[in-house]
Amino acid sequence: MALDEIKIGGLGASRRRVEDNRFIRGKGNYIDDIALPGMLHMEILRSPLAHARIRSIDVSAAWAIPGVRMVLTGEMLAARNLAWMPTLSYDTQAVLATDKVRFQGQEVACVVADDPYIAKDGCEAIVVDYEPLPPIVNPSQAKAPDAPLIRDDKTGQDSNVVFDWEVGDREGTDRAFAGADVVSAIEMHYPRSHPSPIEACGSIADFNRATSKLTVYMTTQAPHIIRAAVALVAELPEHMIRIVSPDLGGGFGNKVPVYPGYVVSILASILLECPVKWIEDKSGNLISTGFGRDIYLKGEMALRSDGRMLGVRMHTDSDHGAFFSDAQPSKFKIGLMHSAFSCYDIPTAHLTAQGVYTNKAPGGVAYRCSFRVTEAMYFQERMVQAAAADLGMDQAEFRRINLVRDDDFPHRTPWGFLTDSGQYQKCLDLGLEAIGYEDFLAQKEEARQRGRLLGIGISTMTEPLGAGNSREYDILGIKMFDSAELKVHMTGKALLRTGAKTQGQGHETTWAQIVAHELGIPAEDVLVEEGDTDTAPFGMGTYASRSTPVAGAAVAMVSRKIRAKARKIAAHLLEVSEEDIEWELGRFSVRGAPDRGVTIQECAIAAYSNMPDGMEPGLENNAYYDPPNLTWPFACYIATVEVDPETGVWDVLRVVAVDDCGVRINPMIVEGQIMGGLTEAYAMANMQFITFDEDGNCIGSNYMDYLLPTAWETPGFELHEVVTPCPHHPIGAKGIGECATVGGPAAFVNAVIDAIGDAGVRNIDMPLLPDRVYEAITQGHDISGAPPVKTEP
Amino acid sequence: MYPSRFRYEAPSTVAEAIGLLAAADGEAKILAGGQSLIPMMKLRFAAPAMIVDINGIGGLNYHRADGDGTYRIGALCRHADLEKSASLGDHQPTIAAAAPVVADPLVRTRGTLVGSVCHADPQGDWASVMVSLEGAIVAQGPNGQRSIPVDDLIDGPFQTVLAADEIAVEAVVPAARGTRAGGYLKLERRVGDFATVGVAVSVEMSGDSVAKAGIGLTGVGPATINASGAAAALVGTSLEADAVDAAAQLAAEAAQPRSDHRGSADYKRHVVATFVRRIGAQIQRSEQKAA
Repeated sequence: MALDEIKIGGLGASRRRVEDNRFIRGKGNYIDDIALPGMLHMEILRSPLAHARIRSIDVSAAWAIPGVRMVLTGEMLAARNLAWMPTLSYDTQAVLATDKVRFQGQEVACVVADDPYIAKDGCEAIVVDYEPLPPIVNPSQAKAPDAPLIRDDKTGQDSNVVFDWEVGDREGTDRAFAGADVVSAIEMHYPRSHPSPIEACGSIADFNRATSKLTVYMTTQAPHIIRAAVALVAELPEHMIRIVSPDLGGGFGNKVPVYPGYVVSILASILLECPVKWIEDKSGNLISTGFGRDIYLKGEMALRSDGRMLGVRMHTDSDHGAFFSDAQPSKFKIGLMHSAFSCYDIPTAHLTAQGVYTNKAPGGVAYRCSFRVTEAMYFQERMVQAAAADLGMDQAEFRRINLVRDDDFPHRTPWGFLTDSGQYQKCLDLGLEAIGYEDFLAQKEEARQRGRLLGIGISTMTEPLGAGNSREYDILGIKMFDSAELKVHMTGKALLRTGAKTQGQGHETTWAQIVAHELGIPAEDVLVEEGDTDTAPFGMGTYASRSTPVAGAAVAMVSRKIRAKARKIAAHLLEVSEEDIEWELGRFSVRGAPDRGVTIQECAIAAYSNMPDGMEPGLENNAYYDPPNLTWPFACYIATVEVDPETGVWDVLRVVAVDDCGVRINPMIVEGQIMGGLTEAYAMANMQFITFDEDGNCIGSNYMDYLLPTAWETPGFELHEVVTPCPHHPIGAKGIGECATVGGPAAFVNAVIDAIGDAGVRNIDMPLLPDRVYEAITQGHDISGAPPVKTEP
Repeated sequence: MYPSRFRYEAPSTVAEAIGLLAAADGEAKILAGGQSLIPMMKLRFAAPAMIVDINGIGGLNYHRADGDGTYRIGALCRHADLEKSASLGDHQPTIAAAAPVVADPLVRTRGTLVGSVCHADPQGDWASVMVSLEGAIVAQGPNGQRSIPVDDLIDGPFQTVLAADEIAVEAVVPAARGTRAGGYLKLERRVGDFATVGVAVSVEMSGDSVAKAGIGLTGVGPATINASGAAAALVGTSLEADAVDAAAQLAAEAAQPRSDHRGSADYKRHVVATFVRRIGAQIQRSEQKAA
């Protein structure tokens, strides 16, 4: 009899997360839990100024403190050719500043001491003489003719422009606009935010002079890439480098880049020949590590009076901070911005993009999004709402007219991506029905008569998740595939390792479910390990919602290789030819004689005790998976709000989410991902942003200023699903981790704009703080840019 | 987080604590709830040479009404004690309204009203509440106790007139001559955020007219603001809309807000006026209900 797949924790089982057992008992093993014998502690001295020339650094008082073992400066690193490091976007980034500091919080010196208190005292004792330079905090300042040159370290860099880039059909788009009945234009800013995982970054470098082996425990989402980078930058042999990424307290893209703290801790360990631990504090994390967003849009849509979209133009100005260190694996300078409008049937589009340096923290750009997809979909859905208003058309109907239809797949998007599956209209209809669209519109009108402001916002989008394929996506030339290695022990229990790295997504639970689905081995019999480069197969790590699309596919493929070998063993055990063997979950049987069979566990023991003549013993294998395409989940998010016209405070009434991420492996985990993403979407719209004053001081350097939502204000979410399997993924799954963060913000902003529509307001840039909403209502004008933070004397 | 080095003392009596403070010559800080002090030490904004932890001193965690209606809140009475107090609402409606909106549940479990007032953060809720009630702090030093009205206690941002060897042992709200009514409204971007604007209004009603009134403003000036002119405009009225509106305008004028990432100065003044009006309307509604 066939196994009950749900009972063994296979596909579709909302199995409890196995990792939570240790997390909720305080038995996790995070970077700061690790202590090695003889370990020293490192602290970073950061720049208080956004832009300044370093006249001198006096470290003598730090050396004089008992317990201080080493003080490192940029000058010392320069002597070893380590003062600068390459970034993932083919730029350079200062490890410790030598000539200038270029953002507030930049790493200037490091102190290694017996304990972290002494290290901190040592940093306070260092005297740096700065000559302040004028700071640049936004693209328009960066491009001003008399702007000071931030990157005067780079030969040939004579302005603050990082890149100019374009994609799409300029002439075709011009023609579409020339023939348009209506052109809808809007300008927007997506403010800077920070992923802010609850655990900041850290490393313990342990160089053993006797074995010449370097072990680095490190908070990284991509340990194998780090190993390769260390081998290349530090010129150490790759087989003598071991990167271990322990339990991670969140990542959200923040733990993809290489940070100066990692590099200096490695150098200090090599120089001191003992383990050196660096644990970043929360403020250090917020002011210096990979941020998200910070980009301006000029968008235009060409429309026919009947509501059809004819073409789209977008221009973005992005603020990259002091170093271009975007961690994104595409050849496209502005990431996947041109995945905007992929869910709409639009003939032509053109995008121009310019990036600039500013005196702000560099790099990252991912915050739970695939390389600018969050900004793309926010801009898209705000432009869609504005266009519907310009046409005088209902915002739901406008979407319905233009969404790609089910029979149009595969569909070429306006910028050339190929989407392969979806039921967009069905998702929209389900969302509208769930929220009670028509009833709400009536309710809104009735409330308006009584002076109350209700609003409804919709966001529909598909996004590209799961890089690669390897043709188009690579990191420093390394292709974006992923891997899995499965060892089935003789008792039928199994060890699975992948090149991904879980940081809260639940891989230890989900991967075992894929094995259970493919082999019938109960999920609880599968141990999942990731993060140690000495044991895990090579992989590109976890970000961009790529684990299930790529590593998850590799898990299915390696399981199938195991099954193919087990089939041969089964034929041997059952004494029939392989062609006469049939498979049902967990068991092989003889065609026509279903009572004669062997379980996968019986095949496992036979692989070690009774294999066929000539067969290699054992039951283990690996698989490298290079996906043929990205996966394209679809989402429809709808929010309703009430705005208090007297204060501008807005409250969320309801949130409906319809997600189609294909086949769901563990529905509970999927729902958790969606709820977490919607929480962050709500936060982006409402409160969570990093801004800078005119002196370049970071406003948002701690949790008093950088607000993450708590359970108290986070609204409830009503989740619905549609399942359109991914046609090219082995089990039909699509990425989901980032959908709600990507598609959610526009739903909230659209709802607030809808509520105050009578005021003649077209746009309020996020965050929709009460004072900004109040100003828009009472003054009847748009609110643009980052919130003003001018501090009066 | 790694603060600078400090000496830690945990006295068991107020007298012992005063002795430690006197010996520390201004380099000591008192630790009660620690909800402001500890974050400042962790960021090394504060680096006291000595911490005098008063949590081991018995008998300071009370809140109670005397027979004559005087209300007393001990130095170790936590925000959560007030939030959960069964009797508070009848005696002290403004305090009862403020207690559940101070910070977040975690902070409320540890933080103290007296500590918050003495921290003198212009964005602290309790000082405004106490100012609206003409409350005082009882300070105890080597020479005994003295009572300092909260309005006089705070002489600048994070500054009080407390001497280095004095401990604030309790907060006192004088007995009301009429029926107390009042409220506290706060605009914050998120639970636990500092107030963008907070407004405390306390009145004593004699029949249907206001015999006495106080208005305190949070987060809209370099220190807690006593909007006494606005409060005076309520006295003798029945909190009719026109009267409350006049007081609301005066309160907005008394505010001295700055534009920052929480909102513009004009917006904050507008919210001050809006909140005075809303509390006025709340009081009037509940008075009508009672009648």
